Amino acid sequence: MSDIGAYQGATPTPQDAGFGDYVELLKPRVMSLVVFTALVGLLVAPSGLHPVEIFAALLFIALGAGAAGALNMWWDADIDAVMARTARRPVPSGRLAAGDALAIGLALSGISIVMLGLAANLAAAALLAFTIFFYAVVYSMWLKRATPQNIVIGGAAGAFPPVIGWVAATGSVSLEALLMFALIFMWTPPHFWALALFMKDDYHTAGVPMLTVTHGRRATRLHVLVYTLLLVPVALGAALTALGGPFTLAVSVALNLWFVAGAVRIWRRDEAAAAADRNAAEKAFFRFSLLYLFLHFAAFLVEATLRSFGLGGW
Amino acid sequence: MQLRPTHELHLRRFSRNLGLGLTLAAFVVLVFALTVVKIGRGAPMQGYGQAVQPQAVPTPAVPTPAVPTPAVPTEEGP
Repeated sequence: MSDIGAYQGATPTPQDAGFGDYVELLKPRVMSLVVFTALVGLLVAPSGLHPVEIFAALLFIALGAGAAGALNMWWDADIDAVMARTARRPVPSGRLAAGDALAIGLALSGISIVMLGLAANLAAAALLAFTIFFYAVVYSMWLKRATPQNIVIGGAAGAFPPVIGWVAATGSVSLEALLMFALIFMWTPPHFWALALFMKDDYHTAGVPMLTVTHGRRATRLHVLVYTLLLVPVALGAALTALGGPFTLAVSVALNLWFVAGAVRIWRRDEAAAAADRNAAEKAFFRFSLLYLFLHFAAFLVEATLRSFGLGGW
Repeated sequence: MQLRPTHELHLRRFSRNLGLGLTLAAFVVLVFALTVVKIGRGAPMQGYGQAVQPQAVPTPAVPTPAVPTPAVPTEEGP
């Protein structure tokens, strides 16, 4: 306690970050989606993994996603600082040094890949390594600032976790795993473009070429509708495979009807209507898109549980 | 001597150290549990650190050639 006096009144430096700042660096909200979809991939796959192995695989997939998030925050600190939505992140707010974010991202990448290889199998570990590379390098460093299609192609990074879960459980990729990938891949563009519709100023200020910035809001509304329509057959197709059953199909039909109705509503609105109600339809669509994905994967899980009792499935 | 209140810096460092300590402890427990599960489910293994025990190493089954048994003449004739 003898050195306290020297610190009295001192402002915290990056080296004084608390544990919560490091947790925030791993993007826990994104991680929650990764954990859930990877868990579904692990549990619906036909395998006999021990619960400890499932827990370990899930933990290291989540850790890998967190590592990718840390690398993203290191690279994007400059644009995060000028966007209201991201300005309070640990690096742009000065609570954590950018170099620390890089070191943590690289260290956790290595640990998560090696440990997933030991806990599950090498194929899953290789897929996790590719996912981290895709998100940190292909999306963050290249696509995000280069093309308005950044969200479309970069969406693949978020679509890999259920495939990694499936491969961790079975050791190989199958049609069901690819359909779970396609579901998230096709869901990502309308989800983020809806966000961009009511966060336009943020991306514009940061110079990120989101569709709203490069092609305008009218084109973005059309893109939301088109990608939502493309998503429907993927979602229904997944419900018709071994992943699904009557229950999943019923859930999927209801969710897709609701989702398409929301996309049509966004497409038909003009900017005056959107400004009048402060983008209420766009915000509602964005919120529902989260529920849409969650309920689809929850339905896969319910169907797999029903199947284990001799019910459900086709 | 009067003790001074703990500065926010100390609280931040304490939270960081405590979090890291608990994380490492959890990691050790997880690796131990994973090891127990893997070994428990594993095939018979042979450790070569000390005396070799050939009987503990599973050997591939070698098919034995069928040896025709000679016909034993019986006392009763045909």
